[in-house]
Amino acid sequence: MKMDSPITDSIVEAIYAKAETITNKVVKTPIQQKETWTNRIDNIVTSRALGFPLMLALLCVVFWITITGANAPSEFLARFLFMIEDHLTAFFSFINSPSWLHGLLVLGMYRALAWVVSVMLPPMAIFFPIFTLLEDLGYLPRIAFNLDHMFQRVGAHGKQALTMAMGFGCNAAGVIAARIIDSPRERLVAIVTNNFVPCNGRFPILITMATIVSSLTIRSAYQTVMGAVIVLAGVLIGILATFLVSWGLTNTILQGEPSFFILELPPYRKPQVGKVIVRSFFDRTIFVLTRAVIVAAPAGALTWLLANIKINQLSLITHLSTRLDPFGKIMGLDGVILLAFILGLPANEIVIPIMLMSYLSAGAMLELESLDAIRELLTANGWTWLTAVNFIIFSLLHFPCGTTLLTIHKETGSWKWTALSAVIPTVLGIIICIIITQITHLFLPLF
Amino acid sequence: MDGKQGHSYVVALAGNPNTGKSTVFNGLTGLRQHTGNWPGKTVVQARGHFKYKGQDFVLVDLPGTYSLLANSPEEQVARNFICFEHPAATVIVVDATCLERNLNLVLQVTEITNHVIVCLNLMDEARRHRVFIDVPTLEQELGVPVIPTTARSKQGLAELKEAIHLVSSGKLTPQPVRLRYNPMVEEKIAEILPRLETLPPVYNKRWIALRLIDGDSSILEEMEVKI
Repeated sequence: MKMDSPITDSIVEAIYAKAETITNKVVKTPIQQKETWTNRIDNIVTSRALGFPLMLALLCVVFWITITGANAPSEFLARFLFMIEDHLTAFFSFINSPSWLHGLLVLGMYRALAWVVSVMLPPMAIFFPIFTLLEDLGYLPRIAFNLDHMFQRVGAHGKQALTMAMGFGCNAAGVIAARIIDSPRERLVAIVTNNFVPCNGRFPILITMATIVSSLTIRSAYQTVMGAVIVLAGVLIGILATFLVSWGLTNTILQGEPSFFILELPPYRKPQVGKVIVRSFFDRTIFVLTRAVIVAAPAGALTWLLANIKINQLSLITHLSTRLDPFGKIMGLDGVILLAFILGLPANEIVIPIMLMSYLSAGAMLELESLDAIRELLTANGWTWLTAVNFIIFSLLHFPCGTTLLTIHKETGSWKWTALSAVIPTVLGIIICIIITQITHLFLPLF
Repeated sequence: MDGKQGHSYVVALAGNPNTGKSTVFNGLTGLRQHTGNWPGKTVVQARGHFKYKGQDFVLVDLPGTYSLLANSPEEQVARNFICFEHPAATVIVVDATCLERNLNLVLQVTEITNHVIVCLNLMDEARRHRVFIDVPTLEQELGVPVIPTTARSKQGLAELKEAIHLVSSGKLTPQPVRLRYNPMVEEKIAEILPRLETLPPVYNKRWIALRLIDGDSSILEEMEVKI
């Protein structure tokens, strides 16, 4: 009844007329060139033909910079932190501490912490400043614009692209960001599918695995480019899964008309380069370090205990991973990997450290100071490129971390939706890994 | 003086989406709320504190809106806060490069409350696009203080704090120029006004009357809760 009332019209008219009168009085030069400048760029970056390729190319470049840039600091950090570990070990033997105390504190807690920091921190500290620069520049709404009609087609909301972008930082933040979507139905779709975007904790997994896969397959200057392409492929798998699951949801339990919205493309603004880089660098560093201390240290202690408490001469880890092993093998993974994902529920950052510690507990003591050493450990434990590919896929398609699940419950107020958010990606991940593995086994019997 | 929370003045921060509201918020409070160049970024209402001349202020960052006619949840949140929480001052962040669209919101806020300060932000961008704004005339036309700022480089924030201080403490009471609607609307307002006499004096009865004749039922619901 509000929309067409002549009273509403005359009120709005009075406001607009006054705004126009004042503007004409106080503004000396009307805006002209700004509009055309922004429009000219937008005509290219949001065009049908070039919008997508440009977006992918840009992402690829960002990933390449991240991989190339993260390598050296990663190795430096690992060398430095493991040097401290040696000193810690020397100190513990100097004070004659019992070996279980040294094991729990140094081989368990400290080591997990050192891995999280050296593997996770550098990619994050490089990727996020770049991402924030793009955000400051005003590129994110253009991505949303490019993806809008695809979201429309799967019955979801175009603003979901923005919540996905937030998911890169942290899926819990992405779930909260879904508040920008008004329709409860489309908001649920955005919440349930946010987990398909590799977050802060899983992005470095992608980077690490991509580097390992590319070094398994080629050895040349193009290795980092290949790595970037693999990361991009991983992100695209996540986006495809988003569309697939959104489509599935909107055609089954969340049916309804897609709502229309106006997405304003803001003018491009010059990012505050120095400030953004410094700010997001430190913010990320603090974020990663805090998570490392809160989650990785206890997880490291727990893993050490599991690896060293023995029943019938076998460690608990061996017992558990042997149980999981047959199923893991069908998926092209193994029991240790599945166990690492399960134990990694509190935070995805600790999946790789737990996995490495479990492998190491089998006996081999390696100095894991570089990605090469990690690759050697993995191949020694029967990894092939197929394992790495399945690992990447399962890291993208499995249950969200504990924090995200709690946030989903808080935002939806329903345990049913929380459970679905965990079950859907996990089932999807298991199915896809099984399909890939079985097809590969069929056509490449040698693997 | 209303608008106080303990010993602090409550100051609302309103504005169109993507005018740098969060940057102004961070600049004033020293907090680091996430900023980004896309509309609708602020989904959680942020609160921050700052001290000026020994006085504490609580700054509330309202969701960015183009109007207060309450067509969306954000608009209702912003409108209800300004109307029913009685902030000691309301700062409206305005994008200097598209003044006209932003003034629509300013004119709606000044209909509700007198304690308004306009923060004319993104002055650096306006200058770059050769947009020149006659600030004294704008102040005169609106009847409220207008403070030009470039929040990202902190220019003008000291002046903004001073203006907030003056308006909150009552040392300066802006006299916004009121809108005149067409005779039909004005007649109806005059008709309803006497019936609103029983409302507490802090409410702007002319504005509530205006909302009522506009058939805005959400205002009735909100008043039932508040009064």
